[in-house]
This record gives sequence, C-alpha cells and structure tokens, in this order.
Amino acid sequence: MTDRYRLSQLQWLESEAIHIIREVVAEFERPALLFSGGKDSVVMLHLATKAFWPGPVPFPVLHVDTGHNFPEVLAYRDATVERLGLRLEVASVQDYIDDGRLRERADGTRNPLQTQPLLDAISDHRFDAVFGGGRRDEEKARAKERVFSLRDEFGQWDPRNQRPELWSLYNGRHRPGEHVRVFPLSNWTELDVWQYIAHEKIELPSLYYAHEREVFERDGMLLAVGEHAQPREDETVRTRLVRYRTVGDMSCTGAVDSDALTVDDVIAEVAATRVTERGATRADDRMSEAAMEDRKKEGYF
Amino acid sequence: MSTLLRLATAGSVDDGKSTLVGRLLYDSKSVLADQFDAVERVSRDRGMAQADLALLTDGLRSEREQGITIDVAYRYFATADRSFILADCPGHVQYTRNTVTGASTADVVVLLVDVRKGLQEQTRRHLAVASLLRVPHVVVVVNKIDLVGYDEQTYEAVSRDVIESARALGLYDVATIPVSALEGDNVVERSDRTPWYDGPSLLAFLEQLSPVGQPHSEPLRLPVQLVIRPQSSAAPEFRDYRGYAGQIASGLVRVGDEITVLPSGRTSSVAAIDFAGESLREAFAPMSVTLRLADEIDITRGDMIVTSRSVPPVTQDVHGTIAWLADHELRPGTKVLLKHGTTTVQAMVRAIDGRLDLVTATLAPAETLGLNDIGHVTLRLAAPIAAEEYLHARSTGAFLLIDAQDGGTLAAGMVGDALLDTRAEILLATSPS
Repeated sequence: MTDRYRLSQLQWLESEAIHIIREVVAEFERPALLFSGGKDSVVMLHLATKAFWPGPVPFPVLHVDTGHNFPEVLAYRDATVERLGLRLEVASVQDYIDDGRLRERADGTRNPLQTQPLLDAISDHRFDAVFGGGRRDEEKARAKERVFSLRDEFGQWDPRNQRPELWSLYNGRHRPGEHVRVFPLSNWTELDVWQYIAHEKIELPSLYYAHEREVFERDGMLLAVGEHAQPREDETVRTRLVRYRTVGDMSCTGAVDSDALTVDDVIAEVAATRVTERGATRADDRMSEAAMEDRKKEGYF
Repeated sequence: MSTLLRLATAGSVDDGKSTLVGRLLYDSKSVLADQFDAVERVSRDRGMAQADLALLTDGLRSEREQGITIDVAYRYFATADRSFILADCPGHVQYTRNTVTGASTADVVVLLVDVRKGLQEQTRRHLAVASLLRVPHVVVVVNKIDLVGYDEQTYEAVSRDVIESARALGLYDVATIPVSALEGDNVVERSDRTPWYDGPSLLAFLEQLSPVGQPHSEPLRLPVQLVIRPQSSAAPEFRDYRGYAGQIASGLVRVGDEITVLPSGRTSSVAAIDFAGESLREAFAPMSVTLRLADEIDITRGDMIVTSRSVPPVTQDVHGTIAWLADHELRPGTKVLLKHGTTTVQAMVRAIDGRLDLVTATLAPAETLGLNDIGHVTLRLAAPIAAEEYLHARSTGAFLLIDAQDGGTLAAGMVGDALLDTRAEILLATSPS
C-alpha cells in the first residue's frame, strides 16, 4: 500500500465539501450561499468555484449586514462578487432598525438581531437551501449539527429531533416552507481552514493579518475604537499590533494580540493557541453556556 | 502528509464513554483553555472535587440538565501525522440509530466495556452493528481498570470474552486495551500501573492503524451528481464542454479506461479527468472530479459510471438489511423513497423477511419492524439501480429509505444479508470437515 492512492486530510475535506455543494445544486431549486467576507465563507465560495469549473458558481450569495461591518471586509465582499460575476443579496439589519421592525439592544451588539432579516431573506427569495460556513469544532451546540440541517417553516432548528445522517447519502427532502441549511465545512477545524487558505493561496480581508489598530479592552476582549464601539471612561485606548481570528459585528468581535503577518505565521499561531476562536473573540457566545444553541434554535446561522 | 481517520465511539450507560472522550481530547491537548475553564467552573458549581471531563462533550442544554448524551456529536483532534474525526455516539437513548449513524462513516469503532461488568448484551449489539456496517477496525477499551486494582486476570477474562464474541460475529481484527479513562491510564500514554500490558495506548493504537481502502484494487464506481455544461456562461473555449461530476465511491480511473454507464449499459471511454482546471491522468476514491467521455452518450444525475471490467447487476428487486430509525412501525406494503448513490427512486416494501436478534445473530419471523429494529426486507423499485452487496461494496451497497410525505429518513439500508452471510461463512470455516 503506497501513499500514492491516499488523500491528505486537506484533500479529503476538500473532496467531501465539493461533493456536498454539488449535491445541493443537483437536488435543490434555489440554493444560496451565506457570504460575509469571513474566512469560512471565503473558503466555502472558493470550493464552489472549484466544484462547477469551468462553469460559473450557479447560485447567488447572501450577506446579512449588521450595519456594523468592518469597511475592509465590505470592500472585499464587493470585489469578490464582482470578480466571480455573482449576484449579491443583502439583508440589512440597519433597515430593520430604521423602520422599527427590530430594536437596538441595550448592549449595542447586533449579532442576535441578524436572525430575523436572515429568515425574511430566505423566505422572500424562496431559497430552499442555504450554505453556511459553520464548523462543528467551533462550539458545542454546533458539534451536534448535521451537514444537511432541516429548518421548519419558522426557520427553527430542533436539535433533539434531527435526521440521522448516514454514509455520504444526504437527505435534502423538505416540505414547502421548510428549508435546509447546509454546512460543507462541518468537518473542518480552524487549522484546516488556514492550511487550506495557504495551500490554495486564497486572498482574505487584510484584518486577518497583524496590523496596528486603536483598541481598548472590555471583558477581556480587544475592541476596535470606531463609531460602533466607544471606550467608556475607565477603558484606555492603546495602539496595539493585532489581528482578527473571526470577522463579525464590530461591536462584539474582538481582536487578538498578534504579530502574524503572513498566512504561515497565522498557521503557527493557530496551532499553538490555547483559546478557541469564539472564546477569544466573540462576546455574544460568552453570554451563557447555551448562547449559541439558543440562537441556532431560533434560526441563526 | 497528514491523513484522516474517522472513529465512532460506542458503549453502554455509565461505562465512562464521555470521560474517555474528554480524556482523549484533554490529554492530546485538543481542549483549549477557555473550554476547560468552563468545565472547571461547572464542576465546581456541582460540588465536584475535580473537573468532570465528561462535561466537555455534552453539547445541548437538555443533555447537561439530564446528565446524558442524546445525539451524535462530532469532535476533532490531531496528532503530528494524523487528524481524527470522532463521532461520539450516546449509549442508551435510541442506541441503534446513533451507533448505526456513527458506524456508517467510521474507519474504526471504539467500544467501551466496564471491566467490572464484562461483556454485556449491549456490547454484543454494538459488535454486531460494527460487523453489519462493515467497519474495518474495532478496538475495545476495557475501562475502569483502576476499580479492579489494575488486575491482569480480570482484564484478560473480559478481553477473551469480547474477542470470542466478536469472532462469532465475523470480526477478526479486534484489539483490546486496559484503560482507566478517569485516571488516564493507557489513553494517551502507556501506564506504569499495567506493567503486564505490552500493547499500545489507545491514541498510539489509533495513530498506527493502517488507513482503510485500497482504491487501486477495487472496481471503479462513480455516481454522477450532475452534468457540467456551462454553454454560453463560460469562456469561449468551454462552450462545448460536457463533464460528468461526482465523487468516486470506489476504485481508480485513468484516462483511456473503458467505462459503462448504468443503468443504461451504454459504453464509452474516459477522454479526460478534470479537477477545477487541472487535468489529471488518474483519480481514485474518494476524490471529487469531473469526467469527460470519448462519446456523446445520454448521462444524467443518478447514473453510475463503472469500469467495463466489472459491471454490477442492475435490478428493480432488492433484498436488503435495514436498520429502522423511525418512531412508527414499518409494515409490508409501505411505499417509500429509496436513495442510492445519487439516485432516488420509489420503492415498495414487498415483504419483511424477519427481524435480526443481534445478540444471537439469528433471524426471527416478524410482521413489522419498530424503532431500532434491524431486519431483512424485500423491496420492489420503480426504476432499476446498480445494487451491489454491501458486504463487498461499502460505498455502493448502502441506501436510505425516506418518507415520501415528510421527507424524514426512515432507515439505513444495506444490500444483501450482511450479518447472516458472515455468520454462514464462519460456520463453514469452523465446522469440522
């Protein structure tokens, strides 16, 4: 037995993800891919371009815009959509707040507010399958998630009543009004994602690499000073060399101290880290032990 | 090159499975500080003296509340040369459903046995499921060895029982390891407290397991997922492109190979193997590729491209073994959907031929199959499929039964009488001549 007929773990994960993406296009009528400009959605879109070569990516991308996004990430999103000739649909949390359908939370974070615009966009566009970049290694409720995950007519996830998922035979059957969330990166870890980004030379928004930024510390997280996050009187602003491990709402996504300038530096850093990416950088997941589970049940990503 | 190994855990209630998984993750340094802090905090709140590693694996609120694991959870850890995907299958609630799910994709089943209790009925059932699903390797963790004073004789007796029971089910490659998940003995490091044991620790065992499958010696099977025909949406040189996209289920394909398309039986040869702009000379399972053929023949999703050297039979009558996963009972005459490879066809359950007793590996007559039952059925399909015995073709012998109304997954199916065939072979092999 030689290694000639053996896939590396990255090749294996890539092949599995492409199989999943192709299954969705073959079995669903109106799929869409959630694209935020974050590294997981960027990798997912890259896999879609490989799955259908030499044809185009045969579905639109959907972005739930909290109105608190990092400007460089929005610029990256628009450039990517332009380069690949994709259709971009935006569901805007700001619009919902402006016309009163949603109210700003006391803590200012908008991550939990994304669920309603997301579900409305899915039903308005009649999307029957929605690709998400969620990974099972991210969080313990996500560890229970299926690759093909059914959502009821209210967009809800019922973790206690999930379809068993056998072999690589994915069951995407659903009734009218229901839809399926599909997670092609289910089996990837944060390190796999970075190694794949290095291997495929995928370009990312610049804030994933070390840069100088004005930040202040809150609840053990480094928040960027900007219109969406202002330091209180007791919080001091410092210019530090930081990077982001996840990209989300500016008001609740923290940076980490880092001197990782290149993708190889990041891989070394991720391999040695002692804190999970969500633990390090997401205030919303620290609210309670079941914060993610509760948001997912309501229809969150 | 780092390779991947998929494992599934199985065990009965209270045999320490969550603790073992927690220990494996913690000692292999796959648990990060914030996750461990949370476990320590909760353990303290519950008045425990030390961190309860089992808490690392309970993902859902109701699981934490009830102190039980409800659903399969997936864990990830890695050593220098290998990445592991672990399907953590709960022991008691709907055990078949969960164990079958975990075992369907596993390269190795890690089965726990409490050394004080020895071989249980549940152990036999789990061994039978591993045999039924043709999981290539089984390792039995004989746990709680600390509670019998690290006694060699107690371990040896349990180990012998397990190996004997496994053989009767057709499992010859079964290893046993004495472990204390609680104390960490022989999980990641070899323990000084079992000097009489000269095998590897569990992690070392998993690291050295030979990877599964030998693509070059298996016949090519490629279920076609979709036809890629970009026409006017592609660059001019690809306007006439027509490629058949799919993940190779088994075997190896080279440019120039003669192929047959099923169920139609039409033949052609492989003109090119494409992968995202790369042109490959050969490809093998489980690669996702796109094939171009020398002839323009009618191929659609649901067809299977196979090597012309070994063409499986095409049939509308399937005899299979199914694990029934739904709450309501299955009765003869029920109409369902059957998903096989990339094709979904209507199917009628002609007959229930019996229910398998996993403990004795015998078939008993049955009128119906209920939740977690495993039985033999005869199905009539509305269209033919390339059905191969699961015993010989783990990837193309598998199917799902799906509820045509609500879309739910009803059963995991395997073409043929996998378990009884095995038993018959053993009886033949061991009977005095």
